[in-house]
Formats: sequence, C-alpha cells, structure tokens
Amino acid sequence: MIKIPSTFPSPPAWTPDHPIVRVSQVYKSFGETQVLKGVSMSVMKGEAVCIVGPSGSGKSTLLRTINALVPIDAGSVVVEGQEVCDPELDKLQLRRKVGMVFQQYNLFPHMTALQNVMIAPIKVLGQDKAEVEARARALLRKVRLEDKADRHPGELSGGQQQRVAIARSLAMTPDIMLFDEVTAALDPETVKEVLVTIRELAEEGMTCLLVTHEMGFAREVADHVYFTDHGVIVEHAPPAQFFGEAKDPRTRAFLSQVL
Amino acid sequence: MLAEWFRELYRLTGINLTIFTDSFDQALFLRGLGTTVSLSVICLSLSLLIGVLGAWWQASRIPLVRALVKGFVVVFRTTPPLVQIYFFYFGLGAILPRVPNAFGVMQPMVGNTQWAILSLALFAGAFNIEIFRSGIEAVPRSTIEAAESLGFSRSLIFFDVVLPLAFRVCLPALNNNLVNLVKTTTLAYAIAVPETLYAAQQIWTDASNVPEMMTVLLITYVALVGVLVAAVRRIEAKLAIPGGMR
Repeated sequence: MIKIPSTFPSPPAWTPDHPIVRVSQVYKSFGETQVLKGVSMSVMKGEAVCIVGPSGSGKSTLLRTINALVPIDAGSVVVEGQEVCDPELDKLQLRRKVGMVFQQYNLFPHMTALQNVMIAPIKVLGQDKAEVEARARALLRKVRLEDKADRHPGELSGGQQQRVAIARSLAMTPDIMLFDEVTAALDPETVKEVLVTIRELAEEGMTCLLVTHEMGFAREVADHVYFTDHGVIVEHAPPAQFFGEAKDPRTRAFLSQVL
Repeated sequence: MLAEWFRELYRLTGINLTIFTDSFDQALFLRGLGTTVSLSVICLSLSLLIGVLGAWWQASRIPLVRALVKGFVVVFRTTPPLVQIYFFYFGLGAILPRVPNAFGVMQPMVGNTQWAILSLALFAGAFNIEIFRSGIEAVPRSTIEAAESLGFSRSLIFFDVVLPLAFRVCLPALNNNLVNLVKTTTLAYAIAVPETLYAAQQIWTDASNVPEMMTVLLITYVALVGVLVAAVRRIEAKLAIPGGMR
C-alpha cells in the first residue's frame, strides 16, 4: 500500500493540458470491507467520463473521494493540481470547484426551487443577492423549470427535483460536475429529461464524471468509459471500443447482463 | 359594573371572587398574572436558546464540550424541578456573597425571581436539547452531504439546513415541553416569587375564599396554556412546507 506522504510539495499551477482530476492508487475501506483497492483514473478538462459496474463495486465511493466527502486511506486524488487529501487543504474551497448531484436529489425541502439554487452562492461565496437571483433564474430556465421557481421540492416530480439539483450545483460555477446515479431513483419517463440536461452540459464543455447504469447514455455521451468491479478498475476505453470489443471477461459478462 | 355583578353574586350564592370586587386583590392577582406571563416568556426564550446551543454543542468536535452538554442534560432531566429551584436559591444562593443595595442594605447577589428564571430555563432547556437532538437525528444524512458538497461550513449546515428541518420535526414535542414549562413556573411559589399561585394564596388567606381561588387558578392556567398552544399552532402552520419534507 502506498502511504500518504505527511508533507505535500506545493503543486505546480494546473494547466488544461494536465488531467483536471487525477486519481492514483486510491485505497479505501469501511471497517473490514475494502471498497477501493488501488484505483487510478484521470480526466481531462471538458471530458465526459462514465463509470459503470455492478452495485457495490465502489463507483459511488470513488466519486465521493474527488470532493473529499469520503476521506481516502491511501493514494492520492489531485483536482486542478490540488492534493485533495492534504490535511491543510481547504475542503470548502475544493467543493466550490466540484459540483455534485445525488441519486436522491437531496434538495433542501424547506426552500423553494429558486432558494435552493440561490443559497450556496449567497451564503458560501457571499455574492450579491440580486445578481445571484438573476443567475439562478437563468439556470432554472436552462433546466426548463423557470415556471417552478417558487415551488418546494415536495411539489415537484423526481425528474424536476433532479434538474433543480443540477441547477443548484451549477450556481456555484463549478469546473467539474459529479453525477452519482442521478437517474436511478427516477421514473423511466423522467429519466430522459435529466439525461438531456446532462448531455447539454457535457456538450457545452463541462467536465462531467458520471456513475451510471444508463448504458445507452454512456455510449452516446461519454468520451471515456470506466468499468469497476470489486474495488478495482477492470478496464477503460472510449465507448465504441468499450461496448464493442471489451477485452476482460468480467466486463463482457457485465455488459451481456445489462445490454 | 362588573364588580357590582360579582358583589351581587356573592350576596346571593356566597361565591366570593374578591379579584373582581376588591381593587387591592385585583391588582395583586393581575401583578401575579403578569409575573407568570413574563416568567413564562423569559424562561421559554432562554430554554429554546439553551436547547439550540446545547444541540449544536452536543455535536461538537471537542469531546469535553460534548461531555459537558451530556452531563448537564442528565442532571437536569433526572432531578425534580423543585429540588433544582431549592438547590439554586438555598444552596448556591447561600454561598454567593451578599452585596449592598441602593440603600446600603446587604442583600443576596441574585434575587429569588432571577434564581427562578435561571433554574426553570435550565430545567426546560435540558429537555429542549434532547428534543432538538431527536429532530436533528431525523434530518437525512444525504441532505447534509448535499450541503457539504456545496461547500457549506459546519455552522451554515447547522443553522440553515439542519435546524430549520429539525425544528419542524420536533415542534409537537417542543410544544409539550413548553406547556410543561408554563405550568412549572408555579414552583417559583416555593421561593416566594410573586407569581399567580403566590398571589392567589395571599388572596385566599385574606378573604378565606380557597375554593373560589383554586377554580380561578385552574381557569387561568387553562387560558395561559391555551394561548401558548394556539401560538405554536400558528407557527406550525406558518412553517408547514408545501409538498412535505421530501
């Protein structure tokens, strides 16, 4: 196992020709269960990367190490040249650059859609309220929910809530967006509206990391697909190659089950 | 007019409500009622403050702070409120130095009303901490995770996300405890705080109208608690989230 060094060299300024996210040899256990066993991956700016694999293979945990929601046991996660597991790192600073959308939407139920989108820029970044409101309304328009601005999450469908959650993350103007099985809890007919929104984001050049079970979406939108199983990355390739000529028998077995 | 009617009532039935017929008794009773109301309002506010701060400190990263909050809650939940009031007034009050007042007369540093406020607020506050804690535990971990991922600081998460949700969850339990607090203010009688019960006792020793004053007391507290419950209901309705918590 690789030990986390106690001191981190000050990182060179990050430039877009380097990976915006670099995960190297990451290990993570919850109690006795080893969830990540030496995972490495790198993502370039503007790439859309899908992580697929069976349940319990460590996909969501991997995603959560990138914004330090899950502290890692060993290895390194570097975001824009910043070592995420540096104990000196300002986690709040990191999370302003990395947006995250969850399976269960996790909107703040006591706030309207508009307030959900506005709170972080106002309270975390201290931005001007009027300016944030204009931007929040524009974001709700972007996710086609401008008419639901004054609704509370409980009054919205799952798909609508998820799009508000995407707008809420975007309001922080992140450089990277993490999507953790964001369509898994949705009705089939609302899955599409959320995927369309994510697809637009990816096409606009937002760096997107998605944990997903939507193979069709991965095939169409992703620049690169990673397959995880039992805490390791079994193989990764551009989607045409991944879905067409997977090398590892585990990948082929998985794909034959889900496709 | 009203006094006339009650005098007539006394003449015909023997029901002696001096608080309506005698201006001195009336003033005494109203002062008592005023004391009960201000005692209730002050203790209620302080106990809510203690509840919020205690619940916040109960999740502190510093073990000593957590232990202190826990100890406080255990002590104040497991001892009778009357014993607490006596402890403060006769126990602590006796140890504290006496100070001269405006006329140069030596008197206790902390008066009986202040001790009553302190001990009742701590008593109700201890329960409020537990009530808020149960509400806080009902807030889904995933909602907090979402706030974390948006870069919220710990205090922002607590005051803008966790507390507003927890408060709504625990309003019914909070309502119960606050009703209890209003009723418990009568214990201040034991250290001669001139609240409603104390005033009533002064009135009935004078006018020997114990059954009448007991009835007045019951009706008074039904009304006081009724006002509180109605207020909490209004808050509950105002805070109701359209579409529910999910």
